[in-house]
Amino acid sequence: MRSKKLIDLLVLPLFGIGLSLLIWHLISGATVSRVLPDGTTEEIKTGLVKDLPGPLMTWEKTRKYVVEPFAKREDLDQGILRFTWYSLVIVAKGYLIALLLGTPIGFLLGLSPLFTKLFDPIIQILRPVSPLAWMPLGVVLFAGTGKAANELGALFTIAICAMWPTVLNTAVGVRAIPQDYLNVARVLKLSRTQTLFKILVPATLPYMFTGYRLSLGIAWLVIVAVEMLTGRIGIGNFLWNEYNNGLYTSIILSILTIGVVGFLLDRAMSLLERRFKTA
Amino acid sequence: MSFLELKGVTKSFGSNVVLRDINLSIARGEVAAIVGYSGAGKTTLINLIAGLTRPDTGTVSMNGKIITEPGPDRGLVFQNYSLLPWLTVRENIELAIQAVFPAWTADQRAASVEKHIRMVGLGHAAHRRPVELSGGMRQRVSLARTLAIDPEVLLLDEPLGALDALTRATLQDEISRITQESGKTVLLITNDPDEAIYLADRIIPLSAGPGATLGPDFPVTLARPRDRRAMNHDPDFKRLRNQIVNWLLGPGGRVVQSVSKRLILPDLLPEDLDEPRTLFGTSRQPRRRSEQKREVVEIR
Ligand SMILES: Nc1ncnc2c1ncn2[C@@H]1O[C@H](COP(=O)(O)OP(=O)(O)OP(=O)(O)O)[C@@H](O)[C@H]1O
Ligand SMILES: [Mg+2]
Repeated sequence: MRSKKLIDLLVLPLFGIGLSLLIWHLISGATVSRVLPDGTTEEIKTGLVKDLPGPLMTWEKTRKYVVEPFAKREDLDQGILRFTWYSLVIVAKGYLIALLLGTPIGFLLGLSPLFTKLFDPIIQILRPVSPLAWMPLGVVLFAGTGKAANELGALFTIAICAMWPTVLNTAVGVRAIPQDYLNVARVLKLSRTQTLFKILVPATLPYMFTGYRLSLGIAWLVIVAVEMLTGRIGIGNFLWNEYNNGLYTSIILSILTIGVVGFLLDRAMSLLERRFKTA
Repeated sequence: MSFLELKGVTKSFGSNVVLRDINLSIARGEVAAIVGYSGAGKTTLINLIAGLTRPDTGTVSMNGKIITEPGPDRGLVFQNYSLLPWLTVRENIELAIQAVFPAWTADQRAASVEKHIRMVGLGHAAHRRPVELSGGMRQRVSLARTLAIDPEVLLLDEPLGALDALTRATLQDEISRITQESGKTVLLITNDPDEAIYLADRIIPLSAGPGATLGPDFPVTLARPRDRRAMNHDPDFKRLRNQIVNWLLGPGGRVVQSVSKRLILPDLLPEDLDEPRTLFGTSRQPRRRSEQKREVVEIR
C-alpha cells in the first residue's frame, strides 16, 4: 500500500504538472523570422495564443532570476527569491498586526452579544472591501509620516484585509465552546483571567488557527496589489514593472513564484493547524 | 440537623416546568441516591445543588447557608465527564488542584495529582488525552478530578450511565470503596435501582416529568460491605427493589402522557364568488377565517 500512496502523492501530481506544461507548450505562441525573397527578414508570430510565451522561452528569458535567486544587480533587477523575500517580510508584519488585532476582536464578538450587536454590521460592511480600495486610504492616512507613508499604508492594507477571517473564525470558535467546559470553570471558581487562558483560549484554538490560515492566504493575495500601487520593491512590483517593459516571460515567472509561495505558506499553516486540533 | 437541604424548590425553563415542589434533606456523611426516568430533571436537580442554576422558588442550602453560586465545596462529577480535551489526564486533575489549592507548593500538588490518579487506577494512562481513553477511563478521570478538590459533598450525575454492564459493576465497586473510605456526603443520581441499592443508604425516587417531584424515602438497611452476588438473593433487597420500581411505575411516578392536537373549525360561510378573480388569487379570501383551537388530552 506504500507504493499506492507514493503514486497518489507524488507520481500523479507530477504527471499532472507535466501535462499542464505540455498543454502550455502546445497553445503558446512563438516568433519566427523568415527571410523574404528581397533579402529582408520578417518576424511573424505563430501559435494558438500568439502572445503567450511558452515554457521553454520563459525558462530561457528568466533563468537569470532563477539560477541566482538572491542576486542583487540593481534595484529592479534582483533574483526572484530576493524579491519574494522583500514581499514576505512586509506580509509577515501586516499579518502579525492582523492577528494581534483580529484575535481580541474575535473574542469580544464571541463573548459579548452587545459587542456583536454594535459592531457586527460594520464588520460585515468592511469585510468585502477590496485591498485596492483600502490602499489609497492607507497612504493618505499615513501621509504625514513622509517617506514611511507607503510602507505604513501597505501594512495598514494588509492588516485590515487579512484580519477578517481571524475575527470571524475566532468569534465562531468562542461561541462554539461547549457549556460543559464553562461549567468546569465555574465549579472550580476560576478567575476571569484563568478562565480566559485555561478554558476559552485552548477551546477556541482550532478555530483560531483556521482563521489564521485563511488570513495568511489573504495577506499574501493582497501583497501584489499593494506593491503595484505603492511601487514598493517586491515580487508584485517586479511583475508590474516587467509588464510595463513588455516582458511577459517575467510575468509568468512571477505568477508561478507567487503561487508556489502561497501554496507553501498554506501547507505550513495547515500543519500547524492540525497540531492544534483537539477533541 | 441536615447538611444539605432543598425546600420547596421549583424550576422551569420557559413554560416547561421541569421540577416542582422538591423537598430533600441529606445528613452529613450520608450516601443518598435519586432514581428517576431519563429526561425527568435529574441533571437539573443536581445543577441546582451545584449552584450552576438557581431555583425559581424555594431554597437550596448547605450547612445552613443558601447556595447562590458554584464552588469547589460541592464536587460535581458531570454526566458527560466534561474533561478538557486539550489536557492530558494528569493536566486535567492538575488544573483542578491548582485552581482550588493555590497556596500549595508544586510538590504538594504533584503528590496529590499522583495520589488521585492511582486511586482510580489510571497510573498507566496519566499522559493520555481524553480522546485516547475509553468511556470507563474517562469516568475515572472525572471522578479523580472531583475527589482531588476534596469537596464536602460529592455530586455524582449518572456517573456510570454511559457504560456497559461489566464496566459498570467494576466502577460501582470502586465508587463504593472510595465513598466508604472518605466518609463523604454523597448524592448519587442514577436510572438504575440496583445501582442505587448497592451504593446508597437511602433512595429517593424522582417522578417522571414534566413537573417531576420526589417520592417517599426508601432507606437501604442492607449491611455493608455489600456483596453484589449475595445481594441478588437477599429477600430484603428484592422487596426494596420491587417497592422502588413499583413506585416509579405507579401513579405517583408515572409519566403523564399528554397529547396535544390542533383543531381547525372549518368556515361555515362560502367564499364570495362575486369578487373578481385576480392573478394571484389573493382577494378571494373566505369571509370568515377558519377558527383554530388546541385540545389537550391527558393519558394516565
Ligand atoms: N438549559 C435548559 N434549557 C431549556 N430546557 C432545559 C435545559 N436543561 C434541561 N432542560 C429540560 O429539562 C428537562 C430535564 O432535563 P435534565 O437534563 O435535567 O434531565 P435528566 O433527568 O438529567 O435526563 P437524563 O437522564 O437524560 O440525563 C428536559 O425536558 C430538558 O429538555
Ligand atoms: Mg441528566
